[in-house]
Amino acid sequence: MSFHFVLRASAAAMLAGTMLAAAAMPSMAESVIYRGNGGEPKSLDPAHTSIDIEEFILKDYLEGLTVYDPTGKLIPGAAESWTISPDGTVYTFKIRETAKWSDGSPVTADDFVFSFQRVESPKEAAEYATILYPIKNAEAINGGKADPSTLGIKAVDAKTLEITLERPTPYFLQLLAHQTALPVSKAAVTKFGADWVKPGNIVGNGAYVVTENVANDHLTSEKNKYYWDASNVKIDKVVYNPSEDAATTIRMFEAGELDTVYNFPADQTDFLKGKFSDQVHINQALATYYYVFDTRHAPFDDVRVRKALSMAVDRDFLADKIYAKAQLPAYSLVPPGIVGYTASLPDFAGKDQLDREDEAKALLKEAGYGEGGKPLKIDIRFNTNENHKKVATAVADMWKSLGAEVTIQNLDVKSHYAYLTEGGSFDVARAGWVADYADAENFLNLLVSTNTSFNYGHWKNEKFDELMAASYKEFDAAKRQKILSDAEAFVSAEQPVAPFMGSANLWLVSSKVKGWTDNAVNQHLTRFLSKD
Amino acid sequence: MFRFAFRRFLSAVPTLFIVVTLSFFMMRIAPGGPFHLERPLPPQVFENLNRAFFLDQPLIVQYGHYLWNLMHGDFGPSFIYRDFTVAELIGNSLPYSMTLGFWALLIGVGGGVFVGSLAALKQNSLIDYMVMSVANIGITVPNFVFAPLMSLVFAVVLGWLPAGGWDDGGFRNLVLPVISLALPQFAVFARITRGSMIETLRADHIRTARAYGLPSRTIVIVHALRAALMPVISYLGPTAAGVLTGSVVVETVFSLPGVGRYFVLGALNRDYTLVMGTVVLISIFIIVFNLIVDLLYAVLDPRVRYE
Repeated sequence: MSFHFVLRASAAAMLAGTMLAAAAMPSMAESVIYRGNGGEPKSLDPAHTSIDIEEFILKDYLEGLTVYDPTGKLIPGAAESWTISPDGTVYTFKIRETAKWSDGSPVTADDFVFSFQRVESPKEAAEYATILYPIKNAEAINGGKADPSTLGIKAVDAKTLEITLERPTPYFLQLLAHQTALPVSKAAVTKFGADWVKPGNIVGNGAYVVTENVANDHLTSEKNKYYWDASNVKIDKVVYNPSEDAATTIRMFEAGELDTVYNFPADQTDFLKGKFSDQVHINQALATYYYVFDTRHAPFDDVRVRKALSMAVDRDFLADKIYAKAQLPAYSLVPPGIVGYTASLPDFAGKDQLDREDEAKALLKEAGYGEGGKPLKIDIRFNTNENHKKVATAVADMWKSLGAEVTIQNLDVKSHYAYLTEGGSFDVARAGWVADYADAENFLNLLVSTNTSFNYGHWKNEKFDELMAASYKEFDAAKRQKILSDAEAFVSAEQPVAPFMGSANLWLVSSKVKGWTDNAVNQHLTRFLSKD
Repeated sequence: MFRFAFRRFLSAVPTLFIVVTLSFFMMRIAPGGPFHLERPLPPQVFENLNRAFFLDQPLIVQYGHYLWNLMHGDFGPSFIYRDFTVAELIGNSLPYSMTLGFWALLIGVGGGVFVGSLAALKQNSLIDYMVMSVANIGITVPNFVFAPLMSLVFAVVLGWLPAGGWDDGGFRNLVLPVISLALPQFAVFARITRGSMIETLRADHIRTARAYGLPSRTIVIVHALRAALMPVISYLGPTAAGVLTGSVVVETVFSLPGVGRYFVLGALNRDYTLVMGTVVLISIFIIVFNLIVDLLYAVLDPRVRYE
C-alpha cells in the first residue's frame, strides 16, 4: 500500500464522514445509547443465532409474538392477544392491526408461517430449531422426514395465526419469546436470499432497524418509524459495541464512551463497585454451574461416593471468594427464580459445612474408600477459563481433605464439550446450563436417560424418567410443577450432578440510562429505555 | 530483474499450495469442530449444520472442494460469522489493519533508523544511552501491558483521546494504537540500525571515503547508511507482513475492526474457512514482502545482481 493510497483513502473517508454527518444532522438533539454488547453476533438472522449477545441486537429490530417487559414479565408483542384451546394444543394469535415492517408493509400471519417453516427446514440448518419442536411435525421436518409445509402453523387470515402443537406444552408462550421464534419478512428473505441481513436489505418489525454493521467495530440500529409503538420509543439510535474484551469495555465505560457493558470479570466486582457504586448491576440469572459425575464406572456409579463428594464442597467459598458474590451458592439443578416452582434440595443443603465433611468421610468409608480403604482417584476436567481453574483447584483441595487423590486438566471450550457429548469417559467434568425458557423442565431434561447429548454422566433412573414423561401429559400448571419437583428430588438424592452455583447477570449501567430493571431472564429491550 | 521477479512470482504458486494443504489438514487434527458449542447441539441439528457446510463429506472431498473454490477466488462462507463470507470479513477489515500498520511501520522504521544512526554516530554519548534505554523498554515491555497503559493514561485519566473504537479513523482514534503498535518495531529497528551502523563505520570503504576527504554528511548518508541498511531490510520483510496484517493485542485493546483478531477467533472457533483465509492472506504478504526485500538488496548493494 502506498502512501498515496492511504492519503486518498483517508481523504475519501473524511469526505464521506462529513457528508454522512451533514445528511444525518437531526433537527433536535438525537438520543443515542452506546451498548457494550459483550461480544460479536454470529448473525443477524434469527435462524442462525443462539446466544444472548445476539439476542440483545435481534430483539431490538425484530419482535416476536410475545416479549419480555423490563421486569422480565411476558407481555404481548407482535400479537396483541391469543386464545388457547382447552386441551392446550391449539394457540390462536391475533396479530396487531398496526404492526408493520420497517419498509412500511403490514406484518401478517403469513410472515410467521414462513419464518417458522424456515427455521425447521433442514436446509436452513437453524442452530436452535429445537425451541419450536413442540409445534406439530417440527422435529420430523427438521430431521428431513416431512415437508416444511406440514408444520402445525397456518394463517387463518392476514392477522390471525393458528399454531397446533404436538402435545400440550405449558411453557409454549415463553418459547415464542425466544430469539429463534422471531419473525422474518417473507418479502425481504424471498427477494434477497441469504443477503437479506445486509444493511440496506434488512427489514424488521421491531422498534429499531439495523442501518450499519461493521464486523468487530460497531453495529448501528435506528428508530423504526413504522413500529406500532414508535411514539413511546425514546432513544433514537443504538450503537452496539461488539468487543468481548472486558478490560477495553470497562475503560470505555469509564471514559463515558459506553452507556452499558455486559459481562465484566467476576473477580473485579469489588473493585468495580468501589469505582462505579450502584452502576454495577448483579442479579440472579437462570443458570447453573455444576460438576457431572461419570456414572458409568466405579467409583462414581456409587451414590454414596457422589453424595459424599458433593456435600464436601463448600459452595459459599466458591461463590464468595472466587466469584466475589457474582455467583450465588446453589444446591439444586433448577435455579431459583422460576415462578410457581419449588426446588427439591438435597438433605445436606441446610447443614453446617463441618458436619457435612464428617458425614462425607463416613459415607466414603462405608463405600470402601478414603482412609484405610481403596484409594479414591479423581480427575477433574474443565474448559479453559481462569475462574473455572480456580474453582477446580478449590474443589480439588476440598476433596483431598477427604483423602482423595485429585488431578485437574483443562481443554479449550470446544474440545471439552466435544469430548463430553461424544460420550468420552471421565471422572468429574464441569458443565453449565443457561435457561432457554423459564421452566424447570429446561434443566431437568438434561438428565433424562434418553438425552444422549446433555446427560454427560449417563445417569439413568427409571423413576425420574417416568416422572419427566408424566410432566408433559399434565395440563394443570400446579400439578405439573409438583411432578417436576418430585423428579428433581431423585436428582438431589442421587447427585448425578453436583450443582455449585447459580450464575448472575453482570452489567454496568450508566446512571444516565433510565428505565433499566434487573431481571432473571436478562432482557433489556432498548425500546423501554431512555437516556438523560 | 523483471525476469527474476516473474520467476519468483511463479514459484509462489507451489509454495502457497503447500501452505494451504498443510494448514487444511493440520487444522483438522484439533479436536472439536465449528459446531461443537459450549452447549452441545442436538444430533439432528448438528447433522443439518454439518450438511449445510459440507462437513459431512470425507475430508479429502472437502479438501478438493475447498481447493476448487479457492482457485476460483472463493474463500467460502465463514462458519461462525454467518452473515459474511470469509472474503468479505477479510476484505472489510484489512484496510483498517493496513492503515494502522502503515503508520506504525513508518514511525517504527523511519524513527528507528534515524535514532539508531544517531546513536551509532554518537556512540557512548548521552543520546546513545537514551536511545538504547527507550529501545530496551520498547522490546521488553509487551504490547498487552503498554497498550492498556496508554489507553488508561490518555483516555481514562487525562481524557484527551478516545479509549477505543475506529470512529472516522482520524488522528485522535489512531494515535494510541499506532504508537502501541510502533513502539516495539521502533525499538528493534533502532537497535539493528545502531549495531549495523557502528560496524559499517569501521568498514574499509568508509575509511577510504574519509581519506578522500568527503564531507561527513555524504559519508554517513550515501555510503554508511546504505550499507548499514542491509540487515534492516532483511528484518523489514517479515515484520512488514506481520504489522500490516494486524495485531490481535492492539486491535482488541483499542476495539478496532482489524483483521488481526480473526487469526485467533478463527482458530478458537474452529472456523475452518476463516483460518484458511487468514493463512492464505499472511502467506501472500510474506511472499510479496520477501520479494520486495530481495529486490531492495539489488538497489542497495551493488554486488547483488539478479539475472
